[in-house]
Amino acid sequence: MILQCAVLFAFLAMGEFIVYATGIPVPSSIIGMLLLAAGLKLRVVRLMWVDKVADFLVKNLGFFFVPAGVGLMRCLGLISEQWLPIVGASVISTFLIIASTGWVHQIVRRTIAPHHHHHSETGKADEA
Amino acid sequence: MDFLENKFFLIALTFVVFLGSKLLQRRTGVALLNPILVSIIVLIVILLSCGVDYETYASGGEYIEFWLKPAVVALGVPLYRQLENIRKQMLPLLLAELAGCVVGIVSVVLIAELLGATKEVIISLAPKAVTTPIAMEISTAMGGIPSLTAAVVVCTGIFGGMAGFRMVKLSHIKSPIASGLSIGTASHAVGTASAMERGERYGAFSSLGLTLNGLLTALLSPFILDLLGYTV
Repeated sequence: MILQCAVLFAFLAMGEFIVYATGIPVPSSIIGMLLLAAGLKLRVVRLMWVDKVADFLVKNLGFFFVPAGVGLMRCLGLISEQWLPIVGASVISTFLIIASTGWVHQIVRRTIAPHHHHHSETGKADEA
Repeated sequence: MDFLENKFFLIALTFVVFLGSKLLQRRTGVALLNPILVSIIVLIVILLSCGVDYETYASGGEYIEFWLKPAVVALGVPLYRQLENIRKQMLPLLLAELAGCVVGIVSVVLIAELLGATKEVIISLAPKAVTTPIAMEISTAMGGIPSLTAAVVVCTGIFGGMAGFRMVKLSHIKSPIASGLSIGTASHAVGTASAMERGERYGAFSSLGLTLNGLLTALLSPFILDLLGYTV
């Protein structure tokens, strides 16, 4: 577990360093995620060095958001004043994002490779 | 009552409440009883009724929140396992993300405007689909209210996690790749957690969705807000 944490935090630290050195407005964790995927692909690190801690954290991702959610109590007043636009806009917009992302993906995929992906429109073929 | 302000007590309380919420959902099987949502509500009720303010709670809560960053790095593992699939369809992925990002920002701004939100609230809602650090950065830079943004981001994530797959079905999106991608694009890491439960392929593309939309939103939202008339 120490090796696993060492690898994971090393990639997070690299992300932190890149943000510190370049000042780009991207979270260090996202840079760390991309570097970890690249490191695994380039065989700089092996999957068995990091998979246990990674699977544990990914499986419990939701729990780590609880404290940020409790932060909602700081703006209860504002939310009760403008709950309709806040809730309405968020809910409808979430639906529109899901629909537009999925549609564009399916349409572009069908357009550029009509033969290869003819069967891939169903979940079963995609899993193959 | 000072003991209620002890950070180890607050951490233990968070674990126990979350565990209880998970058991509650498992026993009842009701999708609406999302453990994250239930935990947040129960904790807020406990804190308010005991007169503990958020800053005090955060002195313990920050140790749990700390693990968010390593957990996002950990998403690199499922992403790696799907690299081959990603490489094969770069163009559809990028175009889909561009659509999701622009539609997301424009729609939330216009609808909030129509329903009568104030300017600060509208700006705070604009980056609601992306992960907390990016969203708060944008909100701060554009003159929104960061704490409202954080709350809305978490709630959007919970909503995407609870209803995302139903919306996917409703929109006739069929492939697991497009489903996962859409959920990650709309509801970042919290939505990704639910996509991960359905299968690693869904989860990996959801991670990709949250990453690409996070990057695009960071890059494009100042311009989109500017075009919609919200200049800093």
